[in-house]
Amino acid sequence: MSPFIQAFYYSMTDWSGFTPVMNFIGIDNYVRLFQDDTFVKSLGNNVVLVIVLPIVTIILSLILATLVTVGGRSKGQISGLKHAGFYRVVSFFPYVIPAIAIGLMWRQVFAPNGLVNGALTGLGLDQFINYAWLGEVATAMPVSMFVIIWGFVGFYMVLFVAAIKGIPAEIYEAARLDGAGRFRTAVSVTIPMIRDNVQTAYIYMGILALDAFVYMEAMNPGGGPAFSTIVMPQVLLDTAFSQGQFGRASAMGVILALVTLTFAGLVFLINSLTGGTKKDVRL
Amino acid sequence: MTTKVAETKHAKDTPPVAGPRKHKDSTGSDKVVGTVSHTALILWSLIVVLPLLWTLMTSFKSTEEIFASTFALPEGLNFANYVNAWTTAGIGDYFLNSVIVVGSALIIVMVLGSMCAYVLARFTFRGSRAIYYLMLAGLTFPIFLAIVPLFFILQNMGLLNTLPGLIITYVAFALPFTVFFLYSFFRTLPYEIGEAAAIDGAGDWRTFFQVMLPMAKPGIASVAIFNFLGLWNQFLIPVALNTNVDNYVLSQGLARFASQMGYAVDFGALFAAVVITVAPVLVVYVIFQRQLQGSVSQGTMK
Repeated sequence: MSPFIQAFYYSMTDWSGFTPVMNFIGIDNYVRLFQDDTFVKSLGNNVVLVIVLPIVTIILSLILATLVTVGGRSKGQISGLKHAGFYRVVSFFPYVIPAIAIGLMWRQVFAPNGLVNGALTGLGLDQFINYAWLGEVATAMPVSMFVIIWGFVGFYMVLFVAAIKGIPAEIYEAARLDGAGRFRTAVSVTIPMIRDNVQTAYIYMGILALDAFVYMEAMNPGGGPAFSTIVMPQVLLDTAFSQGQFGRASAMGVILALVTLTFAGLVFLINSLTGGTKKDVRL
Repeated sequence: MTTKVAETKHAKDTPPVAGPRKHKDSTGSDKVVGTVSHTALILWSLIVVLPLLWTLMTSFKSTEEIFASTFALPEGLNFANYVNAWTTAGIGDYFLNSVIVVGSALIIVMVLGSMCAYVLARFTFRGSRAIYYLMLAGLTFPIFLAIVPLFFILQNMGLLNTLPGLIITYVAFALPFTVFFLYSFFRTLPYEIGEAAAIDGAGDWRTFFQVMLPMAKPGIASVAIFNFLGLWNQFLIPVALNTNVDNYVLSQGLARFASQMGYAVDFGALFAAVVITVAPVLVVYVIFQRQLQGSVSQGTMK
């Protein structure tokens, strides 16, 4: 724990890291950070990531998990699709691949002579010949987000599959007898029953989104075109280890932690305001 | 403070309930839904697998072949790229460093973590809750907040830029998760067995190593796999705390290789390097996937 407390103290000093001098300057670091365009840009990007990534990832993985577990026949026992195991195993692949390798791989896939452009020109869309997906301000961020989502959907899918299997089959059968269709069952039975899992997944994914550093570093070193994909950790590391401004870097760390906590708090708040199930067990 | 325990759902890893049963009661709409579902899932599987296969295929091509055509098959099984990546780009050395660091950290963290979790789960003493909550806090705080102070802690210990320094940091970051996971696991083991061992004259140590550890094997195995994947994939910690090129781990070496040469990069060797990084984890995953999938819910929903 002590590194965390030290970080908080350092953030209030003008320490450069290599001199013993360390003056206490209060919140000066924070004030200066918010006048720094690059930092504000990176903060904004982080906020976008933390909002978009969890929503898209969780919706996509919920859909896939539902298809795998209850996509089978509507008569008789509730059943999943055939080959469900195969889909689960394959979908989980990206989660075990090192993030840096994912980033580098997709950088090549989206490169001007990469797989995506090859496929698009193969379909007759010639304007994409030599299009640099990660080199254009308009597409760099969406493409980067897609890659991060690609990396995590499988993990959450497996998570939700396990959660859905934990729901007693009788509940599904009851819903079916009451005449609920597939879509109705998914919305009114599955989602409420695994609500807590979704909340936890949301928080995990949000924290991961704040930590998009590795992907961004791999795909867009230097912050991408016009800093369109720069994230706070990149600015932090640069400030600390290239510029030697450890006080300011620690202040960034504190801001990042505060954003994380705010985010987790908001998710809990929204969940309880909308009537989240409270089945907590006290140890 | 309430401890949130999403009631222990022991997701038994039951095999999928699919299977060719009688098809006569399938309705027309089921077929449509089935087709749509399969299409969606196959599409997703393709999105997952195609980039991997393309990377594998391209890793056998020469740079001219790569620029000539995106899809053409390589002229033959050409391992020159792998040789280049392994020796010229130093991926071999980085690979070895990764094996040393991850291997040592894994052993240390598993031994410390299982003992720690056992004691916290089974004995109540002054401050045991406090230790537990400290661990929990360590799990939630982002690494970035700690990275600067950590740099100086290691520097003061003279361990900056060394493999042992990296191992210690890895252990410190993997420990909370390990303890957390195994804590709930040890709590579910029946107390009677511990008592029986005590009556038979086993001391605490003996009970732990000869009775409890073997019983906790499934949990320990899955946490070990998780830690292996997590540490093998670690990037931020080595980038900040291990700047000596000789001590680079694989993920770092890969990033360096990619950025070092800019557009003059030996693309074939880069693809080969990616394959070298990805292959061990995919193999480990495919071998242990059943174990891992079963434990995903248990381990992360606490």
